[in-house]
Amino acid sequence: MARLFGGIGTSHVPGIGAAVDNEKTQTDYWKPLFDGYEPVREWMRKEAPDVAIIVYNDHASAFSLELIPTFAIGVADAFQPADEGYGPRKVPVVEGHPELAWHLAESLILDEFDMTIANEMPVDHGLTVPLSITCGAPSAWPCKVIPLCVNVIQYPSPTGNRCYQLGKAIRSAVEAFPDDMKVAIFGTGGMSHQLQGERAGLVNADFDIAFLDDLTQNVDRLVDIPHVEYLREAGSEGAELVMWMIMRGALDADAREIYRHYHVPASNTAAGLIILENP
Amino acid sequence: MKKDRDYSDIPGTYVFDPEHSRQGYHLNMFCMSLNKEANREQFKQGEADYVDKFPMTEAQKNAVLNRDWIGMLRLGGNIYYTFKLAIFDGINMQEIGARMEGVPDDQFKEMMIRGGRPIHGNRYQKEWTRRG
Repeated sequence: MARLFGGIGTSHVPGIGAAVDNEKTQTDYWKPLFDGYEPVREWMRKEAPDVAIIVYNDHASAFSLELIPTFAIGVADAFQPADEGYGPRKVPVVEGHPELAWHLAESLILDEFDMTIANEMPVDHGLTVPLSITCGAPSAWPCKVIPLCVNVIQYPSPTGNRCYQLGKAIRSAVEAFPDDMKVAIFGTGGMSHQLQGERAGLVNADFDIAFLDDLTQNVDRLVDIPHVEYLREAGSEGAELVMWMIMRGALDADAREIYRHYHVPASNTAAGLIILENP
Repeated sequence: MKKDRDYSDIPGTYVFDPEHSRQGYHLNMFCMSLNKEANREQFKQGEADYVDKFPMTEAQKNAVLNRDWIGMLRLGGNIYYTFKLAIFDGINMQEIGARMEGVPDDQFKEMMIRGGRPIHGNRYQKEWTRRG
């Protein structure tokens, strides 16, 4: 039986990917951030998940305003790095796990989560930067990936509670999959940041630290954070943190914190990372 | 459409809600077109001709041609879309942040290194009005 054993919450700032791609991770600006990523890379090597379900958002790459799925799951054999305007990132093609992905799609829809199913979905920095953070720059990614794309650009995004409940449904679905394999789940985006408007550059470290704390100490509080609170306290793009709630929902109520790292700034963003494991 | 929303009193913030999305659809789809190399090439060869292919308002076209970053947001632009234009110009998100606020690039970058724009005093419109 498949086993969902742990999760990672991480920011997915494009500048972090660019620092890896351009070999700038040891500069004065980036070194403190990347030093804090060593333990998660070690964790990935040690735990060696067969599949990572990566919850992320597309940034006008695979989807545009033409079509705005709230939740889309990628069921393809492979997902190409998207051209976001610079040419595609020179990172390995992301290999999917169609059997598990289709199983998840079927199970989630019958569980009343109305997923959009994507056979073609180029993946942008939202998905590839978390892989760079957790795996470095290998010639091939060490695990299969199921992309789960969430709309957080067009207001309203799904609520924290809906995301959390989806996480629970993912957990049940994974554990009903007959093959013996280890599955990890990543919730990405955040932490506090605002890219737009005259308030651009907003960072709220108190909000972020309390969010990291309550992933293990008071999940109920996080589940109930309304959009307006994310927008006001964590910035218009900090509202991406609802995606971490999908990861959290997929783990045990008493999941343990294994590691965290928090650093300001990564470009215009407060970069956070946490590893959680089921007991 | 709703006018007064629970987030309407957040200062300096353009929430991409239904009203905003309707207003900015063609502006944002113009930006989206720059994901394709061939389109970037055409835009490079004649910006005004290229923007004319999109049914944007004159104000939106002018905001694009003049690189009025805050103006684009006010006319329905979404930052992830307008950032395609910044990528085209070779400028980064911190430089866009500086231009939206109307401060020198270095000042914005320095603010980020010092820990970002603080939340204190930046939650409500009235805090900005008082500050003048």
